[in-house]
Formats: sequence, structure tokens, C-alpha cells
Amino acid sequence: MTAPLLQVEDLHVSFSTRQGVVQALRGVSFSLGAGQTLGIVGESGSGKSVTSLAVMRLLDRAGRITQGRVLFRGQDVTRLGRSDLRELRGAAMSMIFQNPRAALNPIRTVEQQIVDVLRAHRSMSVRQARAEALDLLRAVLIHDPESRLAAYPAELSGGMCQRVMIAMAMACKPALLIADEPTTGLDVTTQKAVMDLLAGLTAERGMAMILITHDLGLAARYCADIAVMQNGEIVERGPVAALFQSPRHDYTRMLVAASPRRDSTLADLAPGLPRPQAGARNDGVRVPGAGPLLELTHVRKSFPGPVHAVDDVSFVLPQGGALGLVGESGSGKTTLSRLICRLADVDGGEIIFQGQSISDMPARDFHRAPQRKLIQIVFQDPHDSLNPRFSAFDCIAHPLRRLEGMRDGAALEARVREAAGRAGLPEGLLERFPHQLSGGQKARVGIARAIAPRPKLLVLDEPTAALDVQVQAVILQLLDRLRREDDIGLLFVSHDLNVVRMLCDDLVVLKQGRIVEAGASAAVFANPQADYTRALLDAIPHFEPACHAERESVAL
Amino acid sequence: MMARPSLLRHVIYVLRSNKVTALASAGTLLLVAVALLAAWIAPYDPIASDVSHALQPPNAAHWAGTDQLGRDILSRILLAARLDLAIAVSAVGISFAVGAVIGGFCGYRGGRLDRWVGRIVDVLMAFPLFVLAMALVAALGNRVENIIIATAVINLPFYIRFARAEVNVRRNAGWVEAARACGDGPISVVLRFLLPNVLPAMAVQISLNLGWAILNAAGLSFIGLGVTAPTPEWGIMVAEGARFISTGKWWLVACPGLALMLTVLCFNLLGDGLRDILDPRMRT
Repeated sequence: MTAPLLQVEDLHVSFSTRQGVVQALRGVSFSLGAGQTLGIVGESGSGKSVTSLAVMRLLDRAGRITQGRVLFRGQDVTRLGRSDLRELRGAAMSMIFQNPRAALNPIRTVEQQIVDVLRAHRSMSVRQARAEALDLLRAVLIHDPESRLAAYPAELSGGMCQRVMIAMAMACKPALLIADEPTTGLDVTTQKAVMDLLAGLTAERGMAMILITHDLGLAARYCADIAVMQNGEIVERGPVAALFQSPRHDYTRMLVAASPRRDSTLADLAPGLPRPQAGARNDGVRVPGAGPLLELTHVRKSFPGPVHAVDDVSFVLPQGGALGLVGESGSGKTTLSRLICRLADVDGGEIIFQGQSISDMPARDFHRAPQRKLIQIVFQDPHDSLNPRFSAFDCIAHPLRRLEGMRDGAALEARVREAAGRAGLPEGLLERFPHQLSGGQKARVGIARAIAPRPKLLVLDEPTAALDVQVQAVILQLLDRLRREDDIGLLFVSHDLNVVRMLCDDLVVLKQGRIVEAGASAAVFANPQADYTRALLDAIPHFEPACHAERESVAL
Repeated sequence: MMARPSLLRHVIYVLRSNKVTALASAGTLLLVAVALLAAWIAPYDPIASDVSHALQPPNAAHWAGTDQLGRDILSRILLAARLDLAIAVSAVGISFAVGAVIGGFCGYRGGRLDRWVGRIVDVLMAFPLFVLAMALVAALGNRVENIIIATAVINLPFYIRFARAEVNVRRNAGWVEAARACGDGPISVVLRFLLPNVLPAMAVQISLNLGWAILNAAGLSFIGLGVTAPTPEWGIMVAEGARFISTGKWWLVACPGLALMLTVLCFNLLGDGLRDILDPRMRT
């Protein structure tokens, strides 16, 4: 066997911060042969991205490689000078970043940017480079490549931007491609298209790929080997099937359990948690006669432009029920959730809450409405939804002060602690500011804030999209328990059908503001009627060992 | 609550990690102390003239020399610090408070209010600012309050624009929507959520502006508008001293000029540090 393409030996990286030196990597070792694919998975902060940045020598100034070697084709990258590094980066190894739009220069056209990369590493005329740029765009299967050449990044969708990034990364035929969360922030269907493309191109050109992701399903679907990272160490590495069927390390086991499968239930995801009281309420059975909690009839909303954001949407959410609202970005699901929370005004139709129409009052006056307290929302981005100047305590206390007129004192403190406790937020964290909390903790503050005024309807706008799987599992269970114990109606907005299926009884699939399919979750999931629903379902990456074996046999 | 000790620690951290800020803070503190204690630490009466000692160069008895009426220049500089600082702080305070509120509501509401205020601000900014200040003082009368008002008015457009722009980018932030879902109306969203979050960015503006306001007040006095003759004020002192500069009496201009320059420099350097101190995100 020849020497591997990339060999990382006992890599230590530390960052100097205000609190002193933080060890980000503590002895990471792995090797990767030419043409191999490796997935690196782990929760945020486990050191996945630091590993890739260290391999590329792209660490920022605070980070330092303190120990270990990175051998790329036998050459120690950690000892290379600036000019050698420049030759290596982009040409022999290249990287695809998490946010494609941010990684592209907004004031240069797609063609100019690809030509820049080509001419920086290969001696070719501008004309040759242009021709090659067009070929590259064709290779990444971008729609209408000729006219995309002159486009600026702002004129392209997120998926197209990522395709351009891939084209740029491929431009100099690198031997190693590092993709750092390449599809986070993209829709599931786009994610599938982009990943299929990436996998196809790397296989076709014999490139090695490192895929860094928090999504175990994604790694399983597109990589042969998987390395699991925790606290700056690789705790387990192996072929996909072996890793999932018989994980050896506790952490891997938890990660595997927390990743939703096609048939998993909420209880499967986080087996360590106390199960909900079985007798309290039967799964999936509605309490009849309670009447609808929320009813939408022919709701419409449009923004300036030709398309309707929400077009003739009607559905009913029963008291204490759970309804999933599924769709891609641009499907109008976020607009709809803002309409229901009365943060925006409808253009037509009616929103009826507990038998009373609430859509007549303008949104700017709705803060005085008696229903304000009863309809609460948990936002998509847990970080963005917390006031940076409020401590966690103040964030949770805010609706109580506002909506219930509570003053500072023991009563307020008790309510805040109760809400925090129900959301699973440790009391010790209440004095912290949002930036001092992790993503999962911030999500809990957001949930605690929403349940503090004891609402009857909780609108959840992709509350777990930005979270690690094991945190997602805990949050989902928490929501389910709140619903059962407090009889809170849940409106769960998500792009992930699989998650919606586990939490919600019914679901509504939206496409371009219209309902394309609606029905009981289990039925829709098992037997989707609309093509769009089928495409959504198909795009969810799973790691069913059976499917995986099947895929491999097809590949052979 | 652990907020107090951590704030103190945070301030110490910012000052230690940024030597320039530490220096500027020390200078500003010194300046404020001098302004407050001027009446007690000034070695001579700043207004009492003593013609027998007129136009003495700096010496052991008069560290900054004396002017054409024999008044001690150092004492006059110290007392002038109080007046100049008071003018600058109140002018900037008024324009900040008014401008932030107006700009905050314009940025949050948008629409017609925003367009109208925007046009008015544009008109204000189209004037040469110093000329506008001159006109205001001339029209309102030669008094300290009017210098403050004039300085505040010509500053106002910048604060309105700044607050408007900063609020505008944040008005669709999740925490603003969250506040609305918690029952906050527009007034409390702007005053209790948006403006406090804009404050760290505005601190830089405020600090730069203080220096500028002092220059402006001194400039107005220099051309004879604003503070009048016997009162010690840096601008007047420079204006009076300028008559003697051709005969080599440099200290009449240089000493108040130096005081003015150092003060403006301190405020300019303070800005970044102030932003770091005010932003809770820097407090880790």
C-alpha cells in the first residue's frame, strides 16, 4: 500500500482567549487515501471545523498548532511557508464553506471569480480560463450556465451559490476537497441535489473528500468512513455500516440514537430521558369535543412582487393538538407563522383563535389584545431571538412583566424558575447573557420565554434547525411533554418531514404559499400523494443500514 | 446579582488589553477632575488683571505665562476646561438623546414619517454646519445656552441618521419580534430594546463628537460669537492671543491651543474602548 494522501498525526490546536488557552484539538490522528471519503461528525464545539482549518492552515490568529504533523503527500503542511501554502491551497486541496453566499465576493461576477481561481494556479490565457469556467458551471449542473456566468452572487439562490463554490473548488482539480457543513442552511431537496453532485464529481475525478457535518444521516449517505469527534478528539472511526450497527463508544451510541430514522419515535431518540406519563394521554388520540383552538380560512398574504407568499391557506388545529407545517424556504411557512402570531397582517381570509377572529385587529396594535398572552412563538434562530442585552432571567421574565404586569419579586422569580425548569434550563445559567450560552441552552431560553405566560398556542418556527441532533432530540421530547401536560397546542413549522412526523398528529405541506397536501402525519409519511411531498421525503438523509447496503450494492 | 463585579472586571480587562484606551480614559478622567476642581486648584484668579506682570513668558510663578492684561494663563485654561466641557457634554447629550429617539422611531416605523424626517435631515445637512451654528447663535443671542443649542442642532442630523440606520438593520431581528410577541408596543420596542442595543455603536460617535463639539464651541467664541471676553474660554483665549503671535508671544496661543488639542485627542481615542465597555457581548 502506498502512503496515504493525507495523514494527520497527533494534532493539537489551542486558542488563546480571554479565559486563557483553550485546547481545541487534543491529539487528532487520521489518514485518508486518495479518492477516499471521510465524514467527520460531532456536536458543535467538538473540533470538526478546527481540524479542517488546521489541515488547510487557515486557523485565525488566536489559534495555534502546538503539536503534531499534517502530512499531505508526504509533505508536512504545518511547516510550509506562505508561498508554498498558497500553491497548495486551491490547487491541491480546496475547501467548501458553510455559507456559500458569504464565501463569494459579492461585487464580482461568477465568471470573474472562477477565472481568478484558475489563473492564480494555472498558467492560462483569459480566454482559456473563461472557456474552462463555462465547462465547470456545466459540470456542476447549474441551470442555464451561459447566462449564470455574468451573474453576481446576490442574483443566485443559496443552492446555486453552493454550486458555484463547488465549481471554484474543483477548478484546479485538487486531490483533496474539504466540505465544511456544505449544505447547512439549504433546503432538504437542494441539500440532496448539492450532495449528490459533490459525491458524483469527487468519485468521477478521483478526489478524496472530507465531509464535516453535524448530520449523521448525511455523513452516512455520502461517506465510506466516519470519524466521530468529541471534545477535540476522535473517539471512534470506522466504516459507516459498522459504526451504526455496533457503535463502540458511548458518545457514538448516543449520537446514533439521537438521529431520527424512518421509524423512530420520540422516545427512541433520547432513551436516557424520563418518558412521558403513559396514562396522561394516549399517543395520537385526540380528545374530541374540545373544539378547534385555531382555525384558518382562506388566509392570503402577498408582498410586493408577482407571487403570493401565502395563498388561500385553510386548516384547523384542535385544542391541545399538534400540527406540522412543512415546506422549503420560500414556501410561505415562516410568513404563515408570523401571521398566526399576529406579527404581520393578513391580506385576506380569517384567523380564528378560540372561536374569536383575531385577524381584524392590526398587527401593530395586537400587543394590547387579550390573546397576545395566549399565542406565543419560538423562533428559528435561538441566538437571534434573544436580546443581547438581557440576561436569560430577564428574557424569560420579560413576557411576565409585560403580559401579566408582574413586578420584580419572589412571585416573578418563582414563575421564571418554573418556566426555566420546564424547558430544562439549569438555574445556574439564568444570570448569563445569550452570548455566554450554547445553542441548545439558548433554544431552551427561547422555549422558556414562550411558555412562561402559559400560552394555549405555541408556534415553533424551525426550533431545532440550528441545533445538534442530540439537543434536537431533547427539545422535541420537551415539546411533546409540554403539550401533553399543559394541553398547549403546537404549530410546528419545519422543513424536516421526519421530525414533524414524530411530534405532530397532522401535517400540512406547503409549496409556494399553497397547500399541496394535508392529512394525518403517519398517513402522509407512509403514503405521500403529492410529488412534492415525495421529493421532500426522499431528500431526508437517513442511515438505515439496509438502505446503505443497498446503495453500495448498486454502486458495485 | 453578579453584574457589578463582572462589569468592573470587564472594564479593567478592556483597559488592560487596550493601552490607548487606558491612556485616553486616564486623560479624560484627569480632564473631568480638573474641570470640577478648577476653582480650587487654579493658582491665581483667572479674571484679575495685573498689568505690571503682563505678557510674561512661562516661568516659575506663571507656568503658562501671562496674557496682555497680566492674567495667569494656566488658571484661565483650568477654568475654561469647565465651561468647554460643560458646553460639549450638554450639546452632545441633547443631540444624542433627541437624535437617537427620532432616528430610532424613523428606523423602526419607516414609511411616511421616515421619509419626511429624512428629507428635513438632508436639508439641515446641506448647510455648511459652522455657518448654520453661527446663524443660530447670532439669531438667538450671544449666550452659553445658545451655543449649546446651536451645537446640538447642527449635530442632530448625524445622530438621527446613525440611529435610524442602526435600528433599521435590527428591526426585523428575532429578539424584536420576540418582544412584540411578549406584548411590547412600538414605543417600548424602540426605547427598551432597539436603542440600548445601538448604544455601543453610538458610543464611538458620541466620543468623537465630544471633541468636535469642543472645537465648535471654541470656534464660535474665536470668531466672537458665543462666550464673551472676560470669561475664560479656550477659543477666546486663542483669539486674543493670536494678536500677539506676530511679536513672538507664542504662549498666549500655544497653551490654550494645546489644552484644546489634548482634550479633543482624548475623546477621539476613547471611542473604541467605550464601545467595548458598553457591549455586553464583549463581556465573556
